[in-house]
Amino acid sequence: MAADMTRTTLDPAQTSGRGRPAGGDRSRRLSESGVTLNVFGTGFLILWALLVLVPVLWVILGAFKDTGELNGSAWSWPHEWSIDAFRRAWRTGISTYLKDTAIVMVFSVSLTMLFGAMAAYVLARFQFRGNRFIYYLFVSGVMLPVYLALVPLFFQVSKLHMLNTYQGLVLVYVAFSMPFTVFFLHSFFRTLPSAVFEAALIDGASHTRAFFQVMLPMAKPGLISVGIFNILGQWNQYLLPLVLMQSQHGEDAHQMLSQGLVTLMVNQGYSGDYPALFAGMTIAMVPVLVVYLSFQRQVQAGLTAGTLK
Amino acid sequence: MRLRKKTRERLFIASFLAGPLAVYIIFVIWPYIETFGYSLTEWTGVAPPSKVVGLKNYVDLFHDESFRHALWHNIFLLIFFPTITIVLAMFFAFMLNVGGRRGGLGGVRGIRGSGVYRVVFFFPQVLSVAILVILFQALFETNNAGFFNGILIKLHITDANHPWEFLNSNTFVLWCILFILVWQWVGFYLVLFSAAMQQIPRDYYEAALLDGAGRIQTYFKVTMPLLWDSVQTAWVYLAVAAMDAFALVANLTPGSNFGGGPDGHGEVLATYLMRNFQTAGKAGYACAMGVVIFFITLILSLVVLRLTRRERLEY
Repeated sequence: MAADMTRTTLDPAQTSGRGRPAGGDRSRRLSESGVTLNVFGTGFLILWALLVLVPVLWVILGAFKDTGELNGSAWSWPHEWSIDAFRRAWRTGISTYLKDTAIVMVFSVSLTMLFGAMAAYVLARFQFRGNRFIYYLFVSGVMLPVYLALVPLFFQVSKLHMLNTYQGLVLVYVAFSMPFTVFFLHSFFRTLPSAVFEAALIDGASHTRAFFQVMLPMAKPGLISVGIFNILGQWNQYLLPLVLMQSQHGEDAHQMLSQGLVTLMVNQGYSGDYPALFAGMTIAMVPVLVVYLSFQRQVQAGLTAGTLK
Repeated sequence: MRLRKKTRERLFIASFLAGPLAVYIIFVIWPYIETFGYSLTEWTGVAPPSKVVGLKNYVDLFHDESFRHALWHNIFLLIFFPTITIVLAMFFAFMLNVGGRRGGLGGVRGIRGSGVYRVVFFFPQVLSVAILVILFQALFETNNAGFFNGILIKLHITDANHPWEFLNSNTFVLWCILFILVWQWVGFYLVLFSAAMQQIPRDYYEAALLDGAGRIQTYFKVTMPLLWDSVQTAWVYLAVAAMDAFALVANLTPGSNFGGGPDGHGEVLATYLMRNFQTAGKAGYACAMGVVIFFITLILSLVVLRLTRRERLEY
């Protein structure tokens, strides 16, 4: 309200125009402190931006060098731009990691969204005994660091004979994504109007149908935000697969991408093939980058929503 | 037969909650509870725990020097990581939202290109910790091939025979970890604080400017106090992260199982816990450590929230 009024009555030209005769020294003082701050501040902003960008670009550049060039000097351009390192990285495991990660995530993300939406919806829109308790049970998980539960979790999954299986990891991912998903969607479902929903019930729709055909479509923006958040979160998950996807009886471990990259780091470290390692890292970064740049507004909104209130 | 309306609703609620709750309890809640239970046993981590030893693990913990060292390192991170991150993020958020030259609404606006900065600064947040590990391994390389040493040698601050040791140095290993954490998180809190700053009504700034406040004064007298809530939240989350730092320390610092080197100077609680569990066969002990870490974090958060509570202004 107040901001709107400002917008209509005081446009920038007017403000500075009116301020001049009465408060010349005032605006001078303002611009002086502004200039120092601007030079210093902008410089620092640029510096930090470079600190983020240059290292990342530098490592990607490293993927095009050969081992000799890479070990020779940090600041050289690749002699010839060869994509051989990418081929080596792909062959030594990245392709398998990508496949395994994709299989797990197709199921884990869909199930996370389905379960998260179901629980959040019921908790947000129905009154029953224990509602608050269940809600806090879900939400309290946001604050707990994963590694505290790691030891017993390993044995829990082992008891269910799900170590190093896709279904085991899918269920664990779903479980650990619940707190934030429920929390986020809970507040979202609360804001939806109930008129449409009631109309559907009067028309004879069951609760289940009203949920899937009326409420879910209305919650689409929220679902997209939290969906992207979960995709990035599960794609980047490192600790859980590290513990749960180890080879059990000599069979191959179904390694996820992050975990596989660290394995690659150890292996390539021994064989000294750093370009392949950097190439593997670049390959792993591309999907994240594409998702991030196409949805950066939702990603930022989704990630910070969890901490705002 | 038609069920009564109320019964149908109950059935619906139960059917929708059953799946999510079951998965969540089996894989999240139960393991956390078990951590508490196992901490009272002498458990090797192989067979199911056999012997209950009461509080022995906790007593041992008090006399364990490695544990104390690791705790100090976490406290180091706990002091510097949230402080530096919040100060930097606040400064950047201020620059991007109200730090621009005169003009714009009520005399305040962000500097030019603030959207681009936001995208760039936030970027580390979407990288997986594995990528961070590889990236910083290469940056901190202790020879001419390393990014930072490359710069230092180019600038003749040091020469190729005496590269800086970074992660291999007793003194600097924790500072390097601190640097990575800040690098990773500043963008996130920049976006968080920006969102909060956008909610401050423009006429507050305008009033301050008309009263003759400079930009710096505006920042400390208007922006800061109004963002107090967000700063509190940020501190709690950063404190939780400072108590963790597992993946970075485990993979970047020297040491065979979960890093912690050089010579214990990079050890944090999380890596010490995992080492006890996976390689030393002291799973019960590791659980006790988990419980202690949990309570330290919890108490710390509550104390900070209590101490820094201020009256809240609604606008």
